[in-house]
Amino acid sequence: MEQLRIIPVAATNFATQVDILIWAFTILSIFFLGLVSAILIVFSIVYRKGAKVNRVIKSPDNTLLELTWTILPTFLALGFFCWSAYLFFDFKRMPEGAMEIQVIGKQWMWKTQHPNGRREVNTLHVPKGQPVRLIMTSQDVIHSFFIPAFRAKMDVLPGKYTQMWFEPNKVGSYRLYCAEYCGTEHSLMGGWVHVMEPEDYERWLTEGNVRTAAASTPEAAGERLFAAKGCVTCHAGTSGARGPDLAGAFGTRSTLQDGTEVLVDEDYIRESILYPQAKLVQGFAPLMPTFKSQLREEEIMNLISYIKSLSDMEG
Amino acid sequence: MASITHPGVGGTPAATESKSHYLNAQTSVASWLFTIDHKRIGIMYLASLTVFFIVGGLFAAAIRLELATPTATFFDADVYNKLFTMHGIVMIFFFLIPSIPAVLGNFLVPLMIGARDLAFPKLNLLSYYIYAIAGVFGVTAILLGGVDTGWTFYTPYSTAYSNSWVFLAALAAFTAGFSSILTGLNFIVTIHKMRAPGLTWFRLPLFIWAHYATSLIMILGTPVIAITMFLLMLERLFGVGVFDPRLGGDPVLYQHLFWFYSHPAVYIMILPGMGVISEVITCFSRKRIFGYEFIAFSSMAIAILGFLVWGHHMFVSSQSMYAGLVFSVLTFLVAIPSAVKVFNWSATLYKGRISFETPMLYVYGFIGLFTIGGLTGLFLGASGADIHFHDTYFVVAHFHYVMVGGMVMAFLCGIHFWWPKMTGRMYNEISGKIAMLLVFLGFNATFFPQFIAGYLGMPRRYWEYAEELHLWNLASSLGAGLLGLGFGLVIVTMLASLFFGKAAGPNPYGAKGLEWTIQSPPTTHNFHEIPVVTEEAYNYDATIEEEEHSGSHA
Repeated sequence: MEQLRIIPVAATNFATQVDILIWAFTILSIFFLGLVSAILIVFSIVYRKGAKVNRVIKSPDNTLLELTWTILPTFLALGFFCWSAYLFFDFKRMPEGAMEIQVIGKQWMWKTQHPNGRREVNTLHVPKGQPVRLIMTSQDVIHSFFIPAFRAKMDVLPGKYTQMWFEPNKVGSYRLYCAEYCGTEHSLMGGWVHVMEPEDYERWLTEGNVRTAAASTPEAAGERLFAAKGCVTCHAGTSGARGPDLAGAFGTRSTLQDGTEVLVDEDYIRESILYPQAKLVQGFAPLMPTFKSQLREEEIMNLISYIKSLSDMEG
Repeated sequence: MASITHPGVGGTPAATESKSHYLNAQTSVASWLFTIDHKRIGIMYLASLTVFFIVGGLFAAAIRLELATPTATFFDADVYNKLFTMHGIVMIFFFLIPSIPAVLGNFLVPLMIGARDLAFPKLNLLSYYIYAIAGVFGVTAILLGGVDTGWTFYTPYSTAYSNSWVFLAALAAFTAGFSSILTGLNFIVTIHKMRAPGLTWFRLPLFIWAHYATSLIMILGTPVIAITMFLLMLERLFGVGVFDPRLGGDPVLYQHLFWFYSHPAVYIMILPGMGVISEVITCFSRKRIFGYEFIAFSSMAIAILGFLVWGHHMFVSSQSMYAGLVFSVLTFLVAIPSAVKVFNWSATLYKGRISFETPMLYVYGFIGLFTIGGLTGLFLGASGADIHFHDTYFVVAHFHYVMVGGMVMAFLCGIHFWWPKMTGRMYNEISGKIAMLLVFLGFNATFFPQFIAGYLGMPRRYWEYAEELHLWNLASSLGAGLLGLGFGLVIVTMLASLFFGKAAGPNPYGAKGLEWTIQSPPTTHNFHEIPVVTEEAYNYDATIEEEEHSGSHA
């Protein structure tokens, strides 16, 4: 029976919404295809060579007809555009208060890290009924994180963070794929997403490879790095510091040397760690060295988590 | 469409044909290699394209063979990745993009406008040789071991990670582009400057309008792919950082540049096919085309709007959400002119006198398959749905419906329709019709299941796939066998006609158009005297009951 399935499992509300759009589209397509086919078949039979029918035409062209079949489909198309754009917005705008999971793609595996520091490879456990936001980057080429059951997909790029979110509403195991061709084992780069009851997820989080809880959350790991790499000397907000105070900075706008403003988000912090002089905050000298070859992607993500947590405390 | 004062008018007995024509006027090898006759160059393109089509088809056969089972059977992952890459590169750059313009366009543009050749015959020959050199680069890349980047050459995989012949393959695509540019330039100048007296813009066959629109895309879009491939080669060879983030580049920039050309390239492939359909459907329904201006302007609308939709390939690439919305709405709008064409073709049949020769069967095939291809394109242009469909087999099915179901059907339609003009021979109708049915059925059996596999979430470019997708893939692989059989029969039918075909006569279908007013095959200089055109295109009269067409008795 599984072989005869034509509709994939839908395990999020978003997936159901997308399916409704797709099937509405399908019905419309069948209607148009049927209409065109019917016209072709009927005309071809009625006006076949040898048939005795009246072939005299009064006016060869018909502007009214042309306008009808130009304008009507245009409105239909615009209607469907709005519908699909609404869903697109829904997917692209991250919900408030979602649980954050870090995802790193590399040839040919997915590495994930949960808020309490638990790590996984090629699997992802998530709780049911809670929005989950993935913050993703790649260590090498472009990958794409794809969960068909959630109708959710987002490219994962080197040198940049991308995000996606979903809120599973059905417990179960669903396939996880890499959808962007990435080399030899592209088709093997995937695994399973396990949606669990929230209690089961909480229990699961504390099992396995978590080292003594708090010490290994991304924030805690980031805090250690913040001290170990010396960030703390310039960015701790002490008076006369040589770098901007990072407490409360995340999510705000900073003014740069040239007077333009930049949103302090994951990408900006990442860029500033790797290319400190690219977008220098006003009032500071270009003194910071690059940490380009000193930090792994996981470590940069942890640093960002720490810097974010400084803002959470403020807010 | 014209009042004609020289021999070879439709219905003239074949006996009046002169014995000399463009094929036998000179027969040495050199007379072919250095020919500047647009018809011979068209034939050279046809021969080369057919070879590439067979090579690309064999790659496709290997792909479907591997995918008949979910796990690895015949090829390892690297070989498989090279197979689909080379299938794409060969089919797109060496078959689809040049197909109708370089073969039928070259052959017919001068004939249809009453000219003795294209405006720049030597440039035309040069364009063939550039294509041939590009082909040599491509074939060399294949023989040395192939490429594994996918035909899209996405960075930074292509510039920094692939261990295959990326440079040569990119060079092949880069070089082939110049051939397109020269062809486009030649057509534009020819159509502007060399129309016969009386052949005003709105008396032009729609095939010419379609080629004019195509040529605009060729000369405006192709330089961009040349630049892109050049930058890619620079980065790969010398480490100049443009696309690789480790060198300070942006991989998404590559996608923008690539699709800025490669989306309009889809219209390079489909517009000439639409031109063919307009010619053939009028002939076999004995009707003036319905809505001439609407079809002509829809070609131009497609050519222009086609440049503004490239970002619909990048909804989940990290491109801005607002950019995505703009690309999405424009994608919906570019569908309208295509729909207008389909409606106009359908309406052309009204009160026609319809007969069902092989080319007409291809018209039905084209309209049906292209409609499916176009409508499923809207599923992908719908940003919210594309999040799911992007990079799945749904996309693969969609573009094969447009490229093969649309373009290849139109190409075969045109080849059958003008074959008597090109070769002076009729092919066997029965075998032609059987081949068409095999292609049509085989095509649907191959690609329809892929829509379902894609909707179920099967990503494209997968060497192994989930067990639960086996049925749809097996169906697709079996269908591919049927499709291959169909294509094989087409080739056999056409080749056989050269040896056993009846002489065609100047106008076997009783078609309108200047190309049918001259002998088949035409003389080297096409027209003894330049015709004067006094009528609109497709001046058919369905109310007249005709005798059998001259060719049917010849």
